[in-house]
Amino acid sequence: MTDLFWLIPFPPALSALVLILFGRVLSKRWVTIQACGAVLVSFGLSLLSFGGLLGASAEGLPLIKTLFPWIRAGAFRADFAFQFDPLSAVMVLVVTGVGFLIHVYSVGYMSHDKGTTRFFSYMNLFMFAMLILVLASNMVLMFVGWEGVGLCSYLLIGFWFEKKSAADAGKKAFIVNRIGDAGFLLGLLFLLTVVGTSDFTAISGAVQSGAIGAGLATLIAILLFIGATGKSAQIPLYIWLPDAMEGPTPVSALIHAATMVTAGVYMVARLNPLFSLSVPAGNVVAIIGAATAVFAATMALTQNDIKRVLAYSTISQLGYMFLGCGVGAYAAGIFHLATHAFFKSLLFLSAGSVIHALSGEQDMRKMGGLKKYLPRTYKPFLVGAIAISGVPFLSGFFSKDAILTSAFAQGRYILWGLGLAGAIMTAFYMFRLIFLTFHGEERLTPEAKLHLHESPKVMTVPLAILAVFSVIAGYVGLPAIFGERADLFRRFLEPVIKPAGEGHLSLGTEGLLILASVAAAFLGIVIAYWFYLRNPRVPQTLAARFPGVYKLLTNKYFVDEAVGAVIIRPLLRGSELVYTGFDLKVIDGALNGSAAAAGFFGKVLSVFQTGFVKDYAVAFLLGVAVILGVLLF
Amino acid sequence: MTVPASYFFILSIVLFVLGIVAFFVKRDLISQFMAVEVMLNSANLAFLALAKAAAFADAQAVVFFIITVAAAEASIGLAIVLVIFRRKKSIRTADLDSMKG
Amino acid sequence: MMIIVFFALAVICTGSVLGMIISRNQGTSALLLVLAFASLGGLFGLLGAGFLAVVQVIIYAGAIMVLFIFVIMMINLREGIVPEKRTWTIVLSCAMALVILGEIVFAARGVAPEAPPALAGVSPTELGRLLFTKYLYPFEITSVLILAALVGAIVLVKKREP
Repeated sequence: MTDLFWLIPFPPALSALVLILFGRVLSKRWVTIQACGAVLVSFGLSLLSFGGLLGASAEGLPLIKTLFPWIRAGAFRADFAFQFDPLSAVMVLVVTGVGFLIHVYSVGYMSHDKGTTRFFSYMNLFMFAMLILVLASNMVLMFVGWEGVGLCSYLLIGFWFEKKSAADAGKKAFIVNRIGDAGFLLGLLFLLTVVGTSDFTAISGAVQSGAIGAGLATLIAILLFIGATGKSAQIPLYIWLPDAMEGPTPVSALIHAATMVTAGVYMVARLNPLFSLSVPAGNVVAIIGAATAVFAATMALTQNDIKRVLAYSTISQLGYMFLGCGVGAYAAGIFHLATHAFFKSLLFLSAGSVIHALSGEQDMRKMGGLKKYLPRTYKPFLVGAIAISGVPFLSGFFSKDAILTSAFAQGRYILWGLGLAGAIMTAFYMFRLIFLTFHGEERLTPEAKLHLHESPKVMTVPLAILAVFSVIAGYVGLPAIFGERADLFRRFLEPVIKPAGEGHLSLGTEGLLILASVAAAFLGIVIAYWFYLRNPRVPQTLAARFPGVYKLLTNKYFVDEAVGAVIIRPLLRGSELVYTGFDLKVIDGALNGSAAAAGFFGKVLSVFQTGFVKDYAVAFLLGVAVILGVLLF
Repeated sequence: MTVPASYFFILSIVLFVLGIVAFFVKRDLISQFMAVEVMLNSANLAFLALAKAAAFADAQAVVFFIITVAAAEASIGLAIVLVIFRRKKSIRTADLDSMKG
Repeated sequence: MMIIVFFALAVICTGSVLGMIISRNQGTSALLLVLAFASLGGLFGLLGAGFLAVVQVIIYAGAIMVLFIFVIMMINLREGIVPEKRTWTIVLSCAMALVILGEIVFAARGVAPEAPPALAGVSPTELGRLLFTKYLYPFEITSVLILAALVGAIVLVKKREP
């Protein structure tokens, strides 16, 4: 059953091709059925492949299927080959499962849009690229997928391209991504110099045999991580993700919450032998992850746009995943990736449902008291918020706890502390969002109130399904309190992620840590409750008391403005100067000049063309005299 | 006493140069054409002198061909002159400059 | 004895060509040229090419020059030729011609005149044999050439239908 895994990317690819070529003649109904159906087929294949892995031993892993030899340049080979192992299984299940639900949701959300066919063709194309990224057996092919998802992200962010802000956001996303990709490529090239190929199996082998020195490993790992910061929106390349909210909400859910942005985490986890080899690189990853987690959370505290809050939340949660990987707990990082996929996409889709209900309103200051009007949206939303806050018994609690515990166990107390602070803020801003949107006094505009309606089933059913998963998904990765064997998730990933020398904690310490996380979650919720439901004037007073801090947070620390002034404007000025000074004067000048010279010479020579045969004969004669002279003497 | 071949060569060159001069001195097409014929004949003379000097009979075949081709060329050339005259009513070379520029 | 004949013929030839240059009248030039070609035929005979001498007189002096005279008479120019305005071409070309003459004479100066071989002329038989074996292709092609010239001349001169 697992043998069919290589087929997984192709249903969406085929669907995308059909939609691109023939979409214009297909009915909207057929387009949506085909697009969702393709992803469903992929999901089915993923399930089958996963099932096949459950019973199998770790001997034959990873399964590799070479579709065709792709690059053969001298000694360098990169084949178009897929590989399948527990890590791939987790990724494809998440991508296709959540992807399918989001596709279904989009049928309802995008029903009024006139570009539905284009939308679904891009979505299918994205699925194809993401699946290639996840299934690739070598880094070069993975890079193809990496770029592909970047392209689809650009296309989908700027889907409503007539709106300038949307088009600009798409451009920004692509360009910032590209900067990260430079790091990725450099890391890949260094890797190639020492390993010779970019196959993951070869890389693991090289690490084990000691072929890669620690210094080189650090360099490669850091360069690759720079690529990951671009794709997964960490400091310093996170600036594109908030702007990416210009795209339709399903896009934000799929690409900027569940799948594309997790590609960086996946890459680090896939290359865990390499990252484990280099302690400094691991530190860089962990520190940037923790810093981003806190930094982004602070910005989410004061945002008024419902989607922006979720965007910063995503950046923050991605920071947690990198924190986990950085301290060696790759399994915990992937675990959080999976649970985050469920509850973050749930949150985005629910937000989309609210926006849809309010005919496009996204500002939370114009919401409030929607609980009684949108019950089928409110309940899943609440579940998602509880999950992300780390309240016990839901999935977020288990995955976040796994990361924080690992950090503490390694003696990284500062990182643990940062993570805990971030957890408090996470709970706070999520419940701030809930309270502002669904509770309290109604601040709706009259027209919005007029058209207020619950979303159709095609949108609310996926929400419910995701809510269920947000609750139960955590139980595959229970903490050590319940016994060593209870962490099914980590054991499943063992063939790929060798357990690092994580420190072991006594049961008592672990129990205390869990209590701390729970306390953090509840602290955040209580503060939010107090600020927004009990004493609604407190936030304003605080803002008035600390205007500087408030302005700093609301304006995202002015990072975008700083980048614009320090980097973008000089670049633009510089290129303008080059254009006028060099391009126009020198290159155009040379070109026009040579043309003018040719014309000039032509005019000079035409003086000799008098039209009289005798003149031509004179020239003839001259030539004869000269040639004779040369020949005879 | 037979004539040395070199005398013939000298005569040939003199005739050739005279032909050149004639070409440039004359101002109408037909006379220039006649100058060309003179030049051709001087070449014929040179070939025959060569045939005698080197006992090389092939040169006489060449002369045969030259005469034939000259005949063909003369007929066509004169036909062209006639057509030009019909068009421009003049055969002065000074009037024929439509290829100017 | 031959030398005298040679010089006589050479003088006639050169003289008539000079006359042709000097004469203003095309008809006179043509007739002088006939004389030149005839004397040239004699010179051919002196070189042992009897067949070619006769061919020269018949074809060149006889047919080609007559063609020239026909055309001259058809064109029937009455007015005189306007003197050439651009004399520099004449001067330059004469200079060039002299230069060429000088070059050749100078180059040939060092060559000692060799002993003339026996005056064994080439009989028509030999010439014919050459033409029909070694130079067969040029022979045939020349005949096609003449045909082409014939057709061409007729087509060129045909009067357009009014």
